[in-house]
Amino acid sequence: MTALPYHLQIVNLLAALLLLISFAMLSQRRVIGLVTLFAWQGAALALSTAIVAWSTGQHHLYYSAAMTLGLKVIAMPWYFYRLVKKLDVNRVVEPMINIPTTMLIGIVLVIFAFNLALPISEMSGTVTRSTLGIAMACVLLAFLMMITRTKAIPQVIGFLSMENGLFFAATSATYGMPLVVELGVALDVLVGVFVLGIFIFQIRETFDSLDLKHMEKLKEK
Amino acid sequence: MSHLASLDAHVLDLAWAGVLYWLGLGFSALLLHRRHGLLTRLVFPLGALGALFMAGIGVAGLLQPASSMVLPIGLPDLPFHLRLDALSAFFMVLLGGAAFGITVYACGYFRNMAAGPLALLALWYHLFLAGMVTVLLADDAYAFMVAWEVMALSSYFLVTTDHKIPEIRRAGFLYLLIAHIGAVALLLTFGVLQGGHGDYTFNTMRLAEMTPFWSSAAFLLALFGFGAKAGLVPIHVWLPEAHPAAPSPVSALMSGVMLKTTIYGLLRITFDLLKIQLGWWGTLALALGLVTALYGVIFAAVQSDMKRLLAWSSIENIGVIIAAFGLTLIFHTDGKGALAALTLTALLYHALNHAFFKGLLFVGTGSVLHATGERRMGHLGGLMRYMPWTAWLTLIGALAIAGLPPLNGFVSEWLLLQAFLLTPGLTQPYLNMVIPVAAATVALASALAAYVMVKFYGVIFLGQPRDPGLQHAHEASWPERLGMLWLAGACILLGLFPTLVIQRLEPVVLMLTGQRLPGISNWLLLTPVSAERASYAPLIFLAGVTAVVALTYLWVRRVYHGRVRRSEPWDCGYPEQDARMQDSAEGFGQPIRQIFEVFMRVERETPDPFDRHPHYRGDSRDKLWLLIYQPIADLTAWLSMQAARLQHGRIQWYLVYSFVTLIVLLVFTR
Repeated sequence: MTALPYHLQIVNLLAALLLLISFAMLSQRRVIGLVTLFAWQGAALALSTAIVAWSTGQHHLYYSAAMTLGLKVIAMPWYFYRLVKKLDVNRVVEPMINIPTTMLIGIVLVIFAFNLALPISEMSGTVTRSTLGIAMACVLLAFLMMITRTKAIPQVIGFLSMENGLFFAATSATYGMPLVVELGVALDVLVGVFVLGIFIFQIRETFDSLDLKHMEKLKEK
Repeated sequence: MSHLASLDAHVLDLAWAGVLYWLGLGFSALLLHRRHGLLTRLVFPLGALGALFMAGIGVAGLLQPASSMVLPIGLPDLPFHLRLDALSAFFMVLLGGAAFGITVYACGYFRNMAAGPLALLALWYHLFLAGMVTVLLADDAYAFMVAWEVMALSSYFLVTTDHKIPEIRRAGFLYLLIAHIGAVALLLTFGVLQGGHGDYTFNTMRLAEMTPFWSSAAFLLALFGFGAKAGLVPIHVWLPEAHPAAPSPVSALMSGVMLKTTIYGLLRITFDLLKIQLGWWGTLALALGLVTALYGVIFAAVQSDMKRLLAWSSIENIGVIIAAFGLTLIFHTDGKGALAALTLTALLYHALNHAFFKGLLFVGTGSVLHATGERRMGHLGGLMRYMPWTAWLTLIGALAIAGLPPLNGFVSEWLLLQAFLLTPGLTQPYLNMVIPVAAATVALASALAAYVMVKFYGVIFLGQPRDPGLQHAHEASWPERLGMLWLAGACILLGLFPTLVIQRLEPVVLMLTGQRLPGISNWLLLTPVSAERASYAPLIFLAGVTAVVALTYLWVRRVYHGRVRRSEPWDCGYPEQDARMQDSAEGFGQPIRQIFEVFMRVERETPDPFDRHPHYRGDSRDKLWLLIYQPIADLTAWLSMQAARLQHGRIQWYLVYSFVTLIVLLVFTR
């Protein structure tokens, strides 16, 4: 088996890092820690996108990388830090399912994702196709995180992390989506975060807590 | 025959022009939504002229061979096909004739309505008329269903004209629901009828070869679909709710005309589109029709709301017509062509009669409603003195529907009973045994219908006013009187000249059964089968009745009055008579309620003997509602509750739903 070029090895390494960070996020109990991990995930994503852009000559991927860096590594984590400080919610929160169980489910999901990605990556002609399984695993793990957390901010971070996974999947399968689409998605995410931020304030105003359990009261009797 | 089909398509062109005229009139009414005077003085009279035009087209169509045309409207590759043959033409005469009188009446009836709602009503009214005509003209399933839906939806909006009243909204919803369940059945009927060709024109359906199984499936679906619209028991519950809820001219159109489009549809599908007919279909339709007739008339007898009473009476008449339809099928499949022709003639005649007398009675109640603001018969009475025009004209309708000679209701019921009496020639012995019972049921329903009409007319127009306010009741306006005159005139003429009508019906009967009536009739004497069996001469009968009445009148005036002795010692035990001593609507229907209590759920509030202000309330409700509809409604509510369990209110669970869906889809799509 021939050795991969160094830059692709670096991409693979970053992909592995991404998956690792996803698992770390699953097990992280503190909100601040979660935000930090989210920023690191964004950084790994931005770096890997930039390397793919350099190795394949797809120039629009540079813009994507820059956007990821600006939005997901700097702007949003900063916003979340402020939010957490302002709302004073940086406490240890127990997820609904205990962490070892969550990790086991996560492993099952990773195996499932790899199994799923196998036929697709065989069809794909990109140099980064081997990372597709990781990208899908990231999406599923982020989803799992959203399910297991009961507080509002971790859920928003889970949502954003899922978006990271999708972005990575797009990069590895087809060298990213067209720039227009990516711009649109970025804008959506930005607006989404703001809307969710407003919601978080509102939920706190209404229930005096950010625990989403209280929203059960809204159910129609 | 092909050279005949290519002859004059221009009658059909004119019919289509009439439809467009109505549509244009409806939409121009919207533009006139501030001009009240123009709406009542221009739009409705022009609409009435359109109806007269349609009736003329129908008469012309009866005299001509069938013609067809293809319209350039519709979906791409699915143009509308229209066809005018004897069957459509007959129903166009019915529609145009009844709609003319009703629309003339409407010019006066709606004069007090605000201009805005009136413009909307004019739109739906003319769309309704146009939809009904297009149903009759449609020659492919697509055009038929579009027209059918236009008819259903516009009539829904007409029913909910007074949508601020919750009961009316509820009635409208029930109507819409059952109409659409029926429409789904019709859609499936056409799906079966096209027989896998993918071509939905009626011409292809006529040629399709079908097994008895699929033919039966199509027939049963059609019977259900049209039955739902016709008010066949047990899918009749919407009718006594929706028909009275509409403004009276609309009730008249719905009961008189719209119900007939279902009869048209049944005849079209069974005798024209289906190649084979089976005998048991006839037995089924006969049984359902008889049950409907009896059920309808029993409930009509116990009603105390005048429009609801008429709506139940419509159910009875539809039942009689469907029973005639079943009998036609039985004769037709048994090879008794002449008898099938006789029964079909009776059916068509009764449909035509019902359009006129039911229309007349409904608009009559409309005038009463306008004059008194009261629909409950317990608060009416003695109106003959204050509204003589309405009273006398309604009397003609009441006598006609009661089946008294020499009016039109008698002719059709007599023809139908003649057909029943001739059944012993049937080849199936069990039918021979059952059919006398069926004939007795029809006779019973007719007799009870007369009873219902005595109640209807007697309580509303005769006796003394049950409410002091009734003395201020005003007579109907001139357009209303003219409309009623037209309908009453039609009832009289259809009763006096039955042979002329039956001759006009011949093309329809010939087209559907391939037979003519065997009897030879002249303009004076109606002889359906042969002179030895039975014949009827309405003019001579009328002369006899007139002579007897005149002689009695003279005798009372000249001979009896001369010897009268005036004295009031004790006044035969009636020293003071007031309105409360008269028979009430509930009281009159009480024997029927006692006899047929099994079908009803009776709710009564009887007053205490020591009550200072005694109050009595009696309400007889349809038991079928509890037995059939309530369980279905409960089941639906229960299923919805089960589905509502998905709603936990916890965002985690919702996320799990999407997560599981995502995983499942990923597994399936790989």
